[in-house]
Amino acid sequence: MSDNRIEGYARALFEIARAEGTIDEVEDELFRLARTLESSDALRNALTDEKIPVARREGIVESLLGGKATGTTVQLVSMVVAGGRGRDLPAIIDRLVQRASSAKQLEVAEVRSAVELTADQQTRLAAALANATGKQVNLKVVVDPSVLGGIVATVGDTVIDGSIRTRLDNVKGRL
Amino acid sequence: MSLFSILAADPAQTHSWILPENAEIIYGGIASVLVIGGLVKFAVPQFTKFLNARTERIQKELDASASDLSTAQTDADGIRQALGDIAGERARLLADANTQAAAVLTDGRARLTVEIAELEARATADIETAAARGSDELRAEIGRVASIAVDTVLPSVLDGATQQSLVENFISKVGASR
Repeated sequence: MSDNRIEGYARALFEIARAEGTIDEVEDELFRLARTLESSDALRNALTDEKIPVARREGIVESLLGGKATGTTVQLVSMVVAGGRGRDLPAIIDRLVQRASSAKQLEVAEVRSAVELTADQQTRLAAALANATGKQVNLKVVVDPSVLGGIVATVGDTVIDGSIRTRLDNVKGRL
Repeated sequence: MSLFSILAADPAQTHSWILPENAEIIYGGIASVLVIGGLVKFAVPQFTKFLNARTERIQKELDASASDLSTAQTDADGIRQALGDIAGERARLLADANTQAAAVLTDGRARLTVEIAELEARATADIETAAARGSDELRAEIGRVASIAVDTVLPSVLDGATQQSLVENFISKVGASR
């Protein structure tokens, strides 16, 4: 899919969510869904397989997000999947998150942690990243067991890696 | 004393014990003349002929000896010359042999030097290859063992408290990093 089309979808989803007044929730839920799609080949294949009927793919979205996400999020994802753009869903969502953050004069800070962060930790981490980068950040936390321990934070082009995985990789590399 | 008186003398008369009787002298003289005459007549020519033949034979032998001596000297000169040629040839052959031996030695040393250098280079390359292979295998083995250790040991080590400690440590470091 071309960048223009991805941008178009992202803008449309953003406008719908903002019109619904649920942009923050939708943005957060979509971000988590995008990371889930990136880490699950089976789910990504199920949502992008053209041989699976659209109704079936929408049913998968419903069963995946139903009761766990807002109705707006479910409808937006169903709309993209029904349009045959499931393969581009992570890219569309990332653009949407960037757009939402830009609208709030924030920079997206993707944080990968091996464990869930408490609200207090997220607040302090956002403040710390803002202090370190000089930018106000929109914190997006992803629980990623592959990190093993610690945190990897990405703000724009800046990556702050304090993960055990990276340290182990460095040790392996030296070995 | 006449001859007759001598012949007529008494045989029993005593004579000088040193001088012969006169008759004996006469007869003896005649006999001597006859013998000497016979010798001069017959023996001297033969003796002279014998001596001349002997002289001629000796002269011939001397000439032959001189000729042999000359031939021997010529042969000796030839032999000496041949010996000189042989010595020169021997020296030339020895010089050639020395030259060839020196060339063979030089070539052999050069070839040995090259072969030794090649062997050393090959051995060094083999050693380096073996060392690199061993090092690579060791690194791979360490990486494999490290991966196994991470997968098996780390989850049990990184308990909840440790995870929270890592998160708090990260927040503190990032917050203080401006």
